[in-house]
Amino acid sequence: MFEIVNKKELNPTVTMMDIKAPLVAKKAQAGQFIILRVDEDGERIPLTVAGYDRENGTVKIIFQIVGGTTERLNHKQQGDFIQDFVGPLGKETKVDGLKKVCIVGGGVGCAIALPVAQRLHELGCEVHSIIGFRSKDLLILEDEFKAASDKLTIMTDDGSYGEKGLVTEPLKQALENGEKYDEVITIGPLIMMKFVVATTKPFDQKTTVSMNPIMIDGTGMCGGCRLTVGGETKFACVDGPDFDGFLVDFDEAMARSVMYKDFERKEHEEACNLFKGVE
Amino acid sequence: MPNMSPNKNPMPSQEPLVRAKNFFEVATGYSKETAIDEALRCLNCKNMPCVSGCPVKIHIPEFIAKIKEGEFEEAYQIISKSSSLPAVCGRVCPQESQCESKCVRGIKGEPVGIGRLERFVADWHNEHYNGEIQKPQSNGHKVAVIGSGPSGLTCAGDLAKKGYDVTVFEALHLAGGVLVYGIPEFRLPKKIVAKEVDTLKQLGVKVETNVVIGKTITVDELMNEMGFEAVFIGSGAGLPRFMNIPGESLKGVYSANEFLTRSNLMKAYNDDSHTPIMKGGKVAVVGGGNVAMDAARTALRLGADKVYIVYRRSMEELPARKEEVEHAIEEGIEFKLLNNPVKILGYNNPDDKRDMKNGCVIGMECVQMELGEPDEKGRRRPIEIEGSNFTIDLDTVIMAIGTSPNPLIKSTTEGLDVNNRGGIIVEEATGATTKQGVYAGGDAVTGAATVILAMGAGKTAAEAIDEYLSK
Repeated sequence: MFEIVNKKELNPTVTMMDIKAPLVAKKAQAGQFIILRVDEDGERIPLTVAGYDRENGTVKIIFQIVGGTTERLNHKQQGDFIQDFVGPLGKETKVDGLKKVCIVGGGVGCAIALPVAQRLHELGCEVHSIIGFRSKDLLILEDEFKAASDKLTIMTDDGSYGEKGLVTEPLKQALENGEKYDEVITIGPLIMMKFVVATTKPFDQKTTVSMNPIMIDGTGMCGGCRLTVGGETKFACVDGPDFDGFLVDFDEAMARSVMYKDFERKEHEEACNLFKGVE
Repeated sequence: MPNMSPNKNPMPSQEPLVRAKNFFEVATGYSKETAIDEALRCLNCKNMPCVSGCPVKIHIPEFIAKIKEGEFEEAYQIISKSSSLPAVCGRVCPQESQCESKCVRGIKGEPVGIGRLERFVADWHNEHYNGEIQKPQSNGHKVAVIGSGPSGLTCAGDLAKKGYDVTVFEALHLAGGVLVYGIPEFRLPKKIVAKEVDTLKQLGVKVETNVVIGKTITVDELMNEMGFEAVFIGSGAGLPRFMNIPGESLKGVYSANEFLTRSNLMKAYNDDSHTPIMKGGKVAVVGGGNVAMDAARTALRLGADKVYIVYRRSMEELPARKEEVEHAIEEGIEFKLLNNPVKILGYNNPDDKRDMKNGCVIGMECVQMELGEPDEKGRRRPIEIEGSNFTIDLDTVIMAIGTSPNPLIKSTTEGLDVNNRGGIIVEEATGATTKQGVYAGGDAVTGAATVILAMGAGKTAAEAIDEYLSK
């Protein structure tokens, strides 16, 4: 059992938790993920590491409430325990030798992009961050990004904060203005990453994407997380989660990501109803 | 007087059409009377040919002799000297190609039902034995076992019996490895695996779940920082293989590992499970091994209307156990033999990109095969018959064509050599790897094989580790 030592709601649908997991905290690196089960008989879900405190033995997770499992997780309070927490899994984001990077994050993906930005910033790399949200009330981690970035652009779909528009717009502008990055690192919804890649490709700007497909074991056994990368079958859990954005088949990944959408919707409703009954 | 009936006592089983709709165990086991009657078929041969066919060398005629006398607990004690998992082996070992294949009674009839008797004895013990298990005197040596599948549990059990302080590290949330995520409930009830793991815990074995060796802790840390003097790697088979044909990433295409893990470990067969699985419709399982049979029979029980096994060779070359194939046929699974998939077909609605059915499996194109000359293993090589392509309507495709070893431990352990297929290189007689103090066995070494071979490897390594640490 793993204790929730801290819980904070970042916005109405996104929650942050620090989980006591010393073995995971000791090894975790930006870009890696963990797998958790909320309760006995719960589903196993992967979440990317949003931070870690090696001294206190905690790992930070930030998740959006999208289905039954995240609903159940969000219902746990500080001091409660979750059943299983295993990791760190996957490969860390490669940061060695990077001098200038543009981080492009979308929605809850910003939570995962942040530790990468922080790591790069620590290493003295010039970090330009572009983070996008649907609207002002969904904005998260602004101060943290500000501290980790040499330049921060905030975008909202409706213009309620920062600039109005998509994250691809300032990115395209920067590239058109002759900015050259060692790498663009993008983390967010698949559709956003697809369009980030479509934006950088004409400029031949190297772009790394962080994939978060459906997984079960997360250790290279089930093959559920497979992606087509450069025409080859790759497994996000052991080969990734970071891949060369130019090579990922996004359309296929998007189709696979909604494989259980109906089931998920039902699960989410059931979980919501369950907690309504309790409260 | 020996029982000279040429036939084995049949195994009582659920009726095929009944069991095809439930997850209860197919074979229900011998009664006391049947077990004694079957035991009386054993001629107690002096040279014990059956023992030579057993990878863990169970003293077969000895335990059968105890059954004849009705001394079932004594029979269990004899088996447990050689095997840490009798209730498991009695169910899933391919006895027909091991102990029973050497049985003298098999020359003029059917061999003695050794596997069925082993299962009877183990179940008897589990049901009737209340005694405390004596924890052996500690010898002060610490050994780490990676993976709680059949090789790891065997190695851990054998070492614990010798007094070693053994910790088993398991990546998943539940101990048992393939016995819990792979082999279905109807063939091996999970409470039996839990019971065997519990027995090991009573012997003093510690089981740490949720620890991925190679990620959470490395092999070097186990040895250099945590005080383990030897390590056994039984991390099992790894990444599933795919055929690399078009359409393998469509919605509704699974690896057998994923399909079985969803159903077995994550209990997707329960209506209240939080883990989804595609149920119903028409299902094709590609492959002919035991895993393919398990996947096909699981799909049937989950409510499929029709289940096919698609295999590129003929019935004769099918690698699955005969009993499993017979069970599958009885339950109504259709074997499409001498067929090879060339393409999986998906739904595509050009008028509506948001149609949820887009990208779902609707069928599979196959080509007919014929058998040519035997290959290096003596199996006749399948050759495509040109122009014989045809399509099967399907909703789900399950690929059960094997696995390649897991790269996690290899990639984080200095000095551990693997062969060109990714299997850990070991010395066969001891299981010793190229890294001192590190031993390995099971599918991590051989690639996908059987439970009992993995157990044999775990046993061999336990002996070698004992010798290494006794020096």
